[in-house]
Amino acid sequence: MAKLILSMDNLVLKEIALTKERTTIGRKPHNDIQIDNLAVSGEHAVIVTILQDSFLEDLGSTNGTVVNGQPIKKHFLQNSDIIELGKYKLKYVNEAVTGQAKAADFEKTMVLRPGPARSAAPAPVAPPAAVVPPVAAPVAAAAAAGAKNFSDTVAGQSATAPPVAPFKAAPAPQKNAALQLLSGANAGKELDLTKPLTTLGKPGVQVAVITRRPQGFFITHVEGASFPVVNGKTLDAQAHSLNDHDVIELAGVKMEFFLKT
Amino acid sequence: MTLSGALEVASCTDPGMVRSHNEDSIASDGDQGLVVLADGMGGYNAGEVASGMATTVIITELQQLLVKRLPYEIDAHSGQLVAHQLLHEQIAKANTSIYQAAQSQPQYAGMGTTLVVALFYDNKMTVAHIGDSRLYRLRGGELRQVTKDHSLLQEQIDSGVITPQQARQSQNKNLVTRALGIDPIVEAEIHDYDTKPEDIYLLCSDGLCDMVSDDDIGLALQTLSSNLKLCAQHLVQTANDNGGRDNISVILVRVLRDYPAPRSIVGKMMSWFK
Repeated sequence: MAKLILSMDNLVLKEIALTKERTTIGRKPHNDIQIDNLAVSGEHAVIVTILQDSFLEDLGSTNGTVVNGQPIKKHFLQNSDIIELGKYKLKYVNEAVTGQAKAADFEKTMVLRPGPARSAAPAPVAPPAAVVPPVAAPVAAAAAAGAKNFSDTVAGQSATAPPVAPFKAAPAPQKNAALQLLSGANAGKELDLTKPLTTLGKPGVQVAVITRRPQGFFITHVEGASFPVVNGKTLDAQAHSLNDHDVIELAGVKMEFFLKT
Repeated sequence: MTLSGALEVASCTDPGMVRSHNEDSIASDGDQGLVVLADGMGGYNAGEVASGMATTVIITELQQLLVKRLPYEIDAHSGQLVAHQLLHEQIAKANTSIYQAAQSQPQYAGMGTTLVVALFYDNKMTVAHIGDSRLYRLRGGELRQVTKDHSLLQEQIDSGVITPQQARQSQNKNLVTRALGIDPIVEAEIHDYDTKPEDIYLLCSDGLCDMVSDDDIGLALQTLSSNLKLCAQHLVQTANDNGGRDNISVILVRVLRDYPAPRSIVGKMMSWFK
């Protein structure tokens, strides 16, 4: 469950758990988070929470809402974002990020169903607290209204859900590498292997590809009757790991693979 | 009807680096122009059962039906394109089978599956999908996502709550709003697209597109287009290199030549008198 830590001048005033689908912030007493300061508007901002995600929206306040130093209208909150309202600071903490449960369990695909959840199936499932803002996401609201947790491993654990790891680019191998042509018209030229895939050869005649992976560089035959030759040895259809100073022969051209420091 | 020689199909499926089971299921018949991919869900092995039932029902039934019925004709009773009618019927059948198994066997309770099916005929393809398994097209060096996920995230993007960039960070990634076998009735999204020679189509489960960026997928399809099998293996390997957190399945279809429906005078006359 995500929460907000309210502070002023580095002094923590209180912690507020984001349990409601709409948590309002403002100077007037009916707000969920009341901040009695003239710099704060009567209805200043609202935080909409949908399952694990929270969105902050400024409600047309006089002095505006600032997140991490940037004024915002609408903002998708990330762990440890700092929301500033006048002199007050609200830190957004999503405990999901520090959760202990196995991440893999939570990546299982689940189904959200429109309409009321039925209890027909004797499934060992518990509906998660699906709270959906009627204004911000009308479509999602309909879908999540009958949210039904699909996987038994996920049921009831949503409070400590760890984050789904955000998409990461391929961890690139430590070293950079290049090819130097040893024969042919372009002998002496260097070709940096910066892309995840680099093709070599002549299409229709003989083509091989060098793949850049976390484990290193590999050469694989792609097309053509003859296979690439590395250090005088003809390869088969399998990927072949390249070592520093390997000599590759392909479509009549010799080249040397070397690692760069 | 046979499309032999018009399509090249390659596929690869892998449990990934984290999961012990592979709950994805794939099936294809290049001669009939039929490819099916399903990503199952549910406890224990129920996910495998659901996705396996979906692909088996759809491929075997359609293989038989396509011998008798021509997908490019209009059905006399319903006025629908036969391709659409066949897909509607067989998806409904698969849905019923999974739903009934889930209702009657406690160990399968609550199982379901996503689905993406493509049927190629008459220089066209009809795509039906449910959930977050996708179909992409590479044409002229440009990769485009053809299907739109039935997921909470996609609905949030559509309603403007979050941007596609923020969606990458979202923790609600794995919530689908439609699946096969959950309810007695399911509606698949069905659309037609024209195909061209040299097009490459990619069907994949979310294990691929969650782990590999569209740019890297596009680069792989373009670079390795001359060796589809290697391309499919490379995509799975890249997803695994990036963490392989879910099962990964890939089906690649390349259009080798035009495959228009036979339109001889005799054929037309025959169809009038049918």
